[in-house]
Amino acid sequence: MTQLAEDNLEQFLDQARQTRGAAWLRPWRQAALERLAATGLPDTHQEEWRFTNINPIVRTRFVRPSSYSIEAAALADYTLDVGTEIVLVNGHWCRPLSRKEDGLLGVEIASLAQALEQRRPALLRHLEQVQAQHDGPFADLNAASFEDGVWIHLAPGTQLRRPIHLLICSRAEDGRAVITHPRIVVVAEEGSSAQIIETYAPAGGDYFTNTVVEVSLGCEARLEHSKMQQEALTAYHIGGTRVTVGKGAHYVSNSASLGSALTRNDLNVSLAGETASASLHGLTLIGGRQHVDNHTLLEHAQPGCPSLELYKAVLADRASGVFKGKILVRPGAQKTDSKQTSRTLLLSDDATMNAMPALEIYADDVKCTHGSTTGPLDEEQVFYLRSRGLHLDAARHVLTYAFAADVTGRIRTEPVRRRLEEIMAAQHGLPRDLRIAQG
Amino acid sequence: MPLLEIENLHARVAGPGGRQILKGLDLVINAGEVHAIMGPNGSGKSTLAQVLAGRETYEVTEGRVRLDGKDLLDMDPEERCREGVFLAFQYPVEIPGVSTSYFLKAALNAVRKHRGLEELDAMDFLRLVKEKMKLLEMDASFMNRAVNEGFSGGEKKRNEVFQLAVLEPRLAILDETDSGLDIDALRIVAGGVNALRSAERSMLVVTHYQRLLNYIVPDFVHVLMDGRIVKSGNKSLALELEAQGYAGVEAAAV
Repeated sequence: MTQLAEDNLEQFLDQARQTRGAAWLRPWRQAALERLAATGLPDTHQEEWRFTNINPIVRTRFVRPSSYSIEAAALADYTLDVGTEIVLVNGHWCRPLSRKEDGLLGVEIASLAQALEQRRPALLRHLEQVQAQHDGPFADLNAASFEDGVWIHLAPGTQLRRPIHLLICSRAEDGRAVITHPRIVVVAEEGSSAQIIETYAPAGGDYFTNTVVEVSLGCEARLEHSKMQQEALTAYHIGGTRVTVGKGAHYVSNSASLGSALTRNDLNVSLAGETASASLHGLTLIGGRQHVDNHTLLEHAQPGCPSLELYKAVLADRASGVFKGKILVRPGAQKTDSKQTSRTLLLSDDATMNAMPALEIYADDVKCTHGSTTGPLDEEQVFYLRSRGLHLDAARHVLTYAFAADVTGRIRTEPVRRRLEEIMAAQHGLPRDLRIAQG
Repeated sequence: MPLLEIENLHARVAGPGGRQILKGLDLVINAGEVHAIMGPNGSGKSTLAQVLAGRETYEVTEGRVRLDGKDLLDMDPEERCREGVFLAFQYPVEIPGVSTSYFLKAALNAVRKHRGLEELDAMDFLRLVKEKMKLLEMDASFMNRAVNEGFSGGEKKRNEVFQLAVLEPRLAILDETDSGLDIDALRIVAGGVNALRSAERSMLVVTHYQRLLNYIVPDFVHVLMDGRIVKSGNKSLALELEAQGYAGVEAAAV
């Protein structure tokens, strides 16, 4: 680590030591803090961070926020048409802006700080199960530093009809960049099903969101989990998501990276019960000098689990992208059926992509495939459209839209799909009601 | 009145060391005429079709092409389409993720706007499309499929002629539209083309075989060899070619 990084780490550790919250959590926080102090902040010499340089974060002096309120109007562009919308401001539950759908049964949606104070039994059971998991320095920083977040518990058999939207926004204070540590814990018990959306949104100024999301699915549970990263272009976003999928349960991740100057997502999904399944959809749409690094880990720990992964990126200008998709098939995870695809469209000669599939297979009766392509638009397709009267720019836009719509078309959480398609259409100067894609 | 005038056209594959393919081609097509261009493999038939459509993989090194008196070579591909040039591709391109209906509506409205016509709304567009689909005996589900994706060879060719019917160009260039068609599909496709013949619309039919010309009967037939037209005649020239082969015609032409 450089001196700068050392100084920055010292400050993070100092800030973490002042974290408020349930007293009984202190030993757990202390352990995370000690791990972080020992490992330090990552640099590009480490394999997992080879293509993502966190120097811009290290160079910035972030302060902890002290205010957690905001005008509703500031979030107008990010609210969604859902029944339940919970707003976090600088990592804290914002009561005035949050609303829950009437008549919700079998689901608990609460401030994480409050749930921890109250020692909710399901939350304690969950924490016990995950306490041995260590997901790296930024997850440790979050564990040592978070003060609030969201706790969602779905009782067995609960079927939510409308999505839950978590709108997580951050803003600078007195012109100083802040660091926020939102934490979200979702436990979906046996046979429950829901759609949960996280939106990360700007509320003014520079900031760094260091978020952690933990998800646990019981037997036969189903969750479609969407993440819309729409941070400010001057912000930084590091997000760790850890998911445990129980027997026969089905997990879907839709992860869209649109904003932030520097983004690192770690999505770790463990298929921990027989015939558990997962579909991971990723879409990165960036330009300027934005950088997005998606690391995914799909762990097949039990036999008979299918998984499908499709990550697509559209990189314009000088944007850079990273995709590292690891599939880990544990001994005994026979009949694993896993398919991974990563495709990147480069809209400029200056955009770069590093895509790395990584298969680790310790069982012998498995089917694992992966494919990765990176390149510009197909000139034959462009010419075909032009030969039918479409302007060169229109042809490029249509093809770019169609490339990305391959991902959005798989999203079943309607407000997310619609929002993404609106954003895509707007980026390409197309009418908002446009349906280029088939179906 | 000439619609298309090609004068001493030379073209080569773009890029360093690109092969010269067209070596001084002359051709005049009047409004309402159907011309067939025949020739052996590698004679430059498809290159001519692509050059006229504005494909940038070919570079015009000499000569002129005028459409209705305007310099065609000066126009972008989309402008040529809007001015009324339509190329039915030999190998239609698959465009995954873009529905045929969106694609066709965007194309039609681009052309209509250029012609000073109002853009069609969804209802009028559907009405028009249905009528044209009947012409080519196509299924309605076709409009919701991605452009050419997963289409059979015959379906792709039929789609080309369908687009031709919708866009109503002044000059239709059919590049080996018969290749890959069975006899029933050929009859349907040719029927579609024939229905589009009119006193204002000209056609340039590029084909390797005489078979297509039994269905689309040309006013003129030209033999293209080594980048130039070596012989022109009426429809009986096609039969002559069928009997003697290109070698025979070449021997006679020299």
